[in-house]
Amino acid sequence: MLFYTLKRFFLTVPVAIGVSLVCFMLVHLAPGDPLTAVLPTDASAELQAQMRTLYGFDKPLPVQYGLWIWRVLHGDLGQSIATGRPVVSEVFNAVTNSLVIAAAATLIGFVLGSLLGIVAGYYQGTWIDRGASLISSLGVSVPHYWLGMVLVIVFSVQLGWLPATGGGPDGSGTRSFDWNYLRFLVLPAVTMSVIPMGIIARSVRALVGEILTQDFVQALAAKGLTERGVFRHVLKNAAPTAFAVMGLQLGYLLGGSILIETVFSWPGTGFLLNAAIFQRDLPLLQGTILVLALFFVFLNLAVDVVQSAIDPRVQRA
Amino acid sequence: MSALQISTTAVLPPIARSPGYWSGVVRRVSRDPVAMTALLVIVSLILMAVFASYIAPADPFKSSMLRRLKPIGTPGFPLGADELGRDMLSRLIYGARLSLLMGLTPVPIAFVIGSALGISAGYAGGLTNTLIMRTIDVFYAFPSVLLAVALSGALGAGLTNALVSITLVFIPPIARVAESVTTQVRSLDYIDAARASGAQAWTIIRVHVLGNVLGPIFVYATGLVSVSMILASGLSFLGLGVRPPEPEWGLMLNTLRTAIYNQPLVAALPGAMIFITSIAFNMLADGLRSAMDVKS
Repeated sequence: MLFYTLKRFFLTVPVAIGVSLVCFMLVHLAPGDPLTAVLPTDASAELQAQMRTLYGFDKPLPVQYGLWIWRVLHGDLGQSIATGRPVVSEVFNAVTNSLVIAAAATLIGFVLGSLLGIVAGYYQGTWIDRGASLISSLGVSVPHYWLGMVLVIVFSVQLGWLPATGGGPDGSGTRSFDWNYLRFLVLPAVTMSVIPMGIIARSVRALVGEILTQDFVQALAAKGLTERGVFRHVLKNAAPTAFAVMGLQLGYLLGGSILIETVFSWPGTGFLLNAAIFQRDLPLLQGTILVLALFFVFLNLAVDVVQSAIDPRVQRA
Repeated sequence: MSALQISTTAVLPPIARSPGYWSGVVRRVSRDPVAMTALLVIVSLILMAVFASYIAPADPFKSSMLRRLKPIGTPGFPLGADELGRDMLSRLIYGARLSLLMGLTPVPIAFVIGSALGISAGYAGGLTNTLIMRTIDVFYAFPSVLLAVALSGALGAGLTNALVSITLVFIPPIARVAESVTTQVRSLDYIDAARASGAQAWTIIRVHVLGNVLGPIFVYATGLVSVSMILASGLSFLGLGVRPPEPEWGLMLNTLRTAIYNQPLVAALPGAMIFITSIAFNMLADGLRSAMDVKS
């Protein structure tokens, strides 16, 4: 177990380095000078050179990468070109906001998806299965940004039950555990939950179907266990993989929240990315993507390790 | 010698062509009502895109301040008018062109590049495999939407950049599938037999590997088309894809966002088109998968 954890960790390190390299190169992929967007068009050559030195753009690329990664390892993601504030604090606040909604969505998606998947897997081949599978197919194919708009139209515009946009009552995303704050969370979280719901339902259906064909299930039934008793064993066998899928979905949602956050003006990482892209604020873009991608990489690691701890049979290299 | 040849042709009965694998697949898919309905929807959408200029009742670019945000069913505007007074029905029909182009192009390109990378890595093994697959792993480590947004954000908004970004997002997963099936096929006896009989690597790949690995990769890639549709329109929705005033469903959805208070039904229409297209491709991919009997 310890060996597997260590091995898995050392396999993750090169990936993490590669991810940081890609994030670094993103800035240099961008056409034009990274500073053109912020400097006034009539800026003197002297000022341009000064800014270039200030941001380190005058050094060769490998040196720039080395300096950048050194600062990143010390918790410094540079300064936002647009606002001049440190990127770390902006990203940290946004990531927390995004995590709130991604976690809520994953939870809703897991509960609904597991239910659908279990029912579909248990009654495989019947009309119940087809109905449940149809719902999960719809969940995977719906453009969620559109679903968000539709939910806003129904629940905010027509019924007036829930707020249409915003990250909280004061608009600044201050988190609290009362209805005043949570009601802002409902629509984005429900919208986002259709993706993990569909995917978890599909995996659980396949899992349950596969487990039901195994010999031990027949043995349990032959031993005289009730249907409910057998079912409990099926669930216990399906659980580790289902949890793993759920864990990975959290990472996907956090990274993919930009569309939904745009629809709901939720002050998370998606919002930050949007601002960074359209203001050509490259340090902010770089920092946000790095944090999200590394979060995903280490979440993957955590999921693998936890899954193999629960069920030692699944050790993915 | 020549007499012998003549006699052989005369003796042998004509070889009955056994129905191939693909004709079996086509037969099974054609008996699947869901997949056939999906195919019908897709064909209609493609025809709509191709013949947009004949079908559309009005000019999709002609705007008018007087006709802004007309409801569905207004005379002359069967599906209403958008925020600039342009005919919604015509814009939705013309929108199929760019939306389908953006959604459909990345997958075949990624299929070719990803398969080439994955099959090379899987067949070569060793250092080549490590080099290719570890690079792929790095890109695979990004959540897909994040990678697409990051790439097109860095490259700058525009149709081509959006297409490049989505293609790059799909190459890693396809390459991984290609690599894993190729690695399985490579260790089979008939590959060893071919190698022992002196066949070159390229010949073995072309004759013995491709036919056995392209099926599973193809099935996997078809499943990506609906994701690609959603992602492509999503980039336009964010303002990273097609530029206004071009009709494209994702972009239309974005520009109509402010209209949800006045004309909610009109504002929701472009998204419904994306949904219909994406679910049709999803259903067809599901049908193909079960017809080809490949486990996902």
